[in-house]
Amino acid sequence: MHDGPGIRTTVFFKGCPLQCWWCHNPEGIRKDEEEVVSVHKMEGRDFPVKETVGRWMDTEEVMNEIVRERVFMEESGGGVTFSGGEPLGQVDFLEDLLLACKREGFHTAVDTTGYTSRKNLMKIMALTDIFLYDVKHMDDRRHLAYTGVSNGRILENLTFLASQNKKIMIRLPVLPAMNDDDENIGRTLHFLKSLTPAIVEVDLLPYHAMATHKYEKFGMDYKMSGIPEPGADDLERMKKKFERAGFQVKIGG
Amino acid sequence: MTSRVEKLREQSLNAVNRISPERAVLITEFYKSQDARGRSVPVQRALALDHFLSHKKLWLGEGEMIVGERGPAPKATPTYPEITLHSLKDLEILDARPKVSFKVEEEVYRVYREEIIPFWRGRTNRDRLMTAMDKSWLNAYHAGVFTEFQEQRAPGHTVLGDKIYHKGLIDLQQEIRRQIRALDYFHDPEALDKREELTAMSLAAGAVMRFAGRYADLLHGEAAREKDPLRRRELEEMEAVCRWVPAHAPRTFHEALQYYWFVHLGVVSELNPWDSFNPGRLDQHLLPFYRKGLEEGSLTEEKARELLSCFWVKFNNHPSPPKIGVTAQESNTYTDFTLINLGGVTPGGEDAVNKLTFLILDVIEEMRLLQPSSMIQVSRKNPDRFIHRALDIIKTGFGQPSVFNTDAIVAELVRQGKDIEDARRGGASGCVESGAFGTEAYILTGYFNFNKVLEVTLHDGTDPRSGKKIGLTTGDPRGFKSFEELMQAFEKQMNYFLDIKIRGNNIIERINARYLPAPFLSLFIDDCIANGRDYNAGGARYNTSYIQGVGLGSITDNLTSLKYHVFDKKDISMSSMLNMLEKNFDGYDEIRHDLVYMTPKFGNDDDYADVKAREVFEIFFEAVDGRPSSRGGTFRINLLPTTSHVYFGSVIGAMPDGRKAGEPLSEGISPVQGADRQGPTSVIRSVSKIDHLRTGGTLLNQKFSPEFFSDQDAKQKLTALIRSYFRLDGHHIQFNVVRAETLRDAQKHPERYRDLIVRVAGYSDYFNDLGVELQNEIIKRTEHEGM
Repeated sequence: MHDGPGIRTTVFFKGCPLQCWWCHNPEGIRKDEEEVVSVHKMEGRDFPVKETVGRWMDTEEVMNEIVRERVFMEESGGGVTFSGGEPLGQVDFLEDLLLACKREGFHTAVDTTGYTSRKNLMKIMALTDIFLYDVKHMDDRRHLAYTGVSNGRILENLTFLASQNKKIMIRLPVLPAMNDDDENIGRTLHFLKSLTPAIVEVDLLPYHAMATHKYEKFGMDYKMSGIPEPGADDLERMKKKFERAGFQVKIGG
Repeated sequence: MTSRVEKLREQSLNAVNRISPERAVLITEFYKSQDARGRSVPVQRALALDHFLSHKKLWLGEGEMIVGERGPAPKATPTYPEITLHSLKDLEILDARPKVSFKVEEEVYRVYREEIIPFWRGRTNRDRLMTAMDKSWLNAYHAGVFTEFQEQRAPGHTVLGDKIYHKGLIDLQQEIRRQIRALDYFHDPEALDKREELTAMSLAAGAVMRFAGRYADLLHGEAAREKDPLRRRELEEMEAVCRWVPAHAPRTFHEALQYYWFVHLGVVSELNPWDSFNPGRLDQHLLPFYRKGLEEGSLTEEKARELLSCFWVKFNNHPSPPKIGVTAQESNTYTDFTLINLGGVTPGGEDAVNKLTFLILDVIEEMRLLQPSSMIQVSRKNPDRFIHRALDIIKTGFGQPSVFNTDAIVAELVRQGKDIEDARRGGASGCVESGAFGTEAYILTGYFNFNKVLEVTLHDGTDPRSGKKIGLTTGDPRGFKSFEELMQAFEKQMNYFLDIKIRGNNIIERINARYLPAPFLSLFIDDCIANGRDYNAGGARYNTSYIQGVGLGSITDNLTSLKYHVFDKKDISMSSMLNMLEKNFDGYDEIRHDLVYMTPKFGNDDDYADVKAREVFEIFFEAVDGRPSSRGGTFRINLLPTTSHVYFGSVIGAMPDGRKAGEPLSEGISPVQGADRQGPTSVIRSVSKIDHLRTGGTLLNQKFSPEFFSDQDAKQKLTALIRSYFRLDGHHIQFNVVRAETLRDAQKHPERYRDLIVRVAGYSDYFNDLGVELQNEIIKRTEHEGM
């Protein structure tokens, strides 16, 4: 899992204000515990088993899990990543956890959609060493269509974070025929360039259909059927574009 | 790779394993002869070696630079009838084995029928040993509670230190003469024994010097006949090398390698020691010769690389000696476990990684051979780039090098009472066994089957497979009121069987000390000469006898399942559990599913399960560690299986963790295949809960898909994973880099995967050469997709 520098312990928050078509963590969309059915296979026979996804935990419980990973985080220069879902959806809890991590000396990353209030961001900004920040589409209309929300607040918050000199890794899903056209890429590049030097890396995250089965399990519609996975050549070309603009780029981040 | 090396490598890969009767014939000839009469046992052994080396056929391969073969040709493998005698049926089995067969020509059958079998039947060391064992030992042995290493092979397991790079055999003979002169016949009741042993050592040294002389003569003749002036020069140089070593201390890189190789051949011809003799810290021993050669201009990097490559081929030409009986049929491997150590620390404790370390890593990558196997010793003092270079090679997926924790090895050896410098001169050999190279005889005595002991406990001392009472009466488990009662019964049975094993070992060690001395090997392991005592009789500075525990993951899961279901949740009664096990879960799929999927398992950093691993470890440790051995040494434990987890699984019925009858057990300290579902960091935390520093080696196998090694970032993470495990005192980790689909395809189309090498357990083997159960098991090992 590539979610920040070094070996990382990732805490997934449940609940997300966005509903991106391609979301590969659909278990993070709804806020509450969910009952799903998993199928275990043994000698060709299927054994359906009920499983609860998500668990209400307090700061101490979560920290008990995190500190177990200390040796790996320390040896690798890694740390803790809060992801989701949207971690800022439970901002007080997130603040608590970030504080606790800082007391332990852990490097912290927050993986966010950016769809949150300025006030929430200010609460956790100082406790966050690096933001992993999604930029899904520059066109507001299409952003709304694909994710269910407008991109206005998201881009404003990103500009704000950059102005505060926070380190930011941009996460760019590459979705054929949805956001990989020259126009969108051009606008994205232009926007990101205005934010340097805060952008430490751009990760191109090629769409993959690996999460399809999860949608069935969670009884959700999967709107991406028929969308191909991006080709390696296209990705390379896109990578070059960003590199020429002076960004450090990774495919698959 | 030069074209010469390419050719030699190809020849070695294509050479067919065959049984050579040469040694059996010559040894039998010697023991029938006048020369054997009236001699002490050690002197007989030395003269037998001399007779063999003086009359064996010499092999000189085209383009070879390092000379000498144990058999008359590459992969022609001798037998050791004085130790274990192959029957005609055994030879047929070896010839017909589906995996790693040994061709047996008509002539071999004839010689065995007419000469070898009539002479040795009933008088081999194996006969001696088996008749000395009592009924309780035989019962446990036949039930598969433990194996016995010395049953078919001589004690071995040691690694050469740096002695031969400073002293020639003539120097050693001089030391021996001094020792003989100093013997005190007035006060030392062993003076005579010592004289005989020392005399034998000197004779054995002479035998190998004469053998080198025969090669020098052969090379002389070849040079005279050679038309190509370049090769003629080479042959002349090789002749000069063989005239100088092993009689004298080597002066050049070439001489150092050839000296080692003569010593190697002497050791593996003298006896059939477990495991293969080994040069150990090659990058340390050869460094002075490498530096000197480069400085003087007599050596180039390319020349050194070529010589090392030729040296590598030599190891690959030597499969391990074939076995008899059931083991001949079922042995899953015939590699001889040479393990080259690279890196680590110097005797003074400094970072030992040097230029030659990286050159040897290049050779390992280029040669891609099963033998010699290789490992890197990683100390916290070694640089990351050393690990990165090794990961580049591991990534290519032939299972080498494996990765060891130098700081743990040193701590283990020091805990056992060794001098810290001796410990730092050591490393790991065989699969994962810690040893002080050049000063220790550390004999593996046999695998111990934790899970069989549990099965016997669950049947009140009876082996359900045979119906025989082989253990203690510890009570019908259906009457146990608490899990603690079950644990107490298990502990009693463990102690009982470990006592039987240790008692047996002590008898066997005396037999081997008396009848199976190794005077040639004794020359090189300190302080055999100074003590006037054989390697097999406690002559070494340190003498350790290991019992290797097998199936830690399985025993943990079995005990955990019993505690969880029978005593804590109480959703399965002991009697229905026993009933299901007896029926091999037939008709109990649902419950078996719960046992496999819905029960805490070792390897997930879940204390509920992991605590049991620690308890079993403590029982094992307490029963064995520190007990005296009859060589004057000490018993210790380690946790490694080689391939015995397959055999041990085959003698056990269904078990409470959901494993069906006959299936393999977990290997080393790894979790049960497929039971670890929380990723590699959880595995590492689980297996770090046992105290590695109180063992002489543990084995952890982790399989990664090749993508795991794809870029610099991934490499850094793997390096951090290794460093983390070692910070938690982990002893060893090895990476299998293959995809499950690849392996499945290899099962379907073995012809397309002839070169596919996988890490089995502390060693690598060709996937095609493995038994199908072992193949399946490797496929099952969890493939960690991410971290």
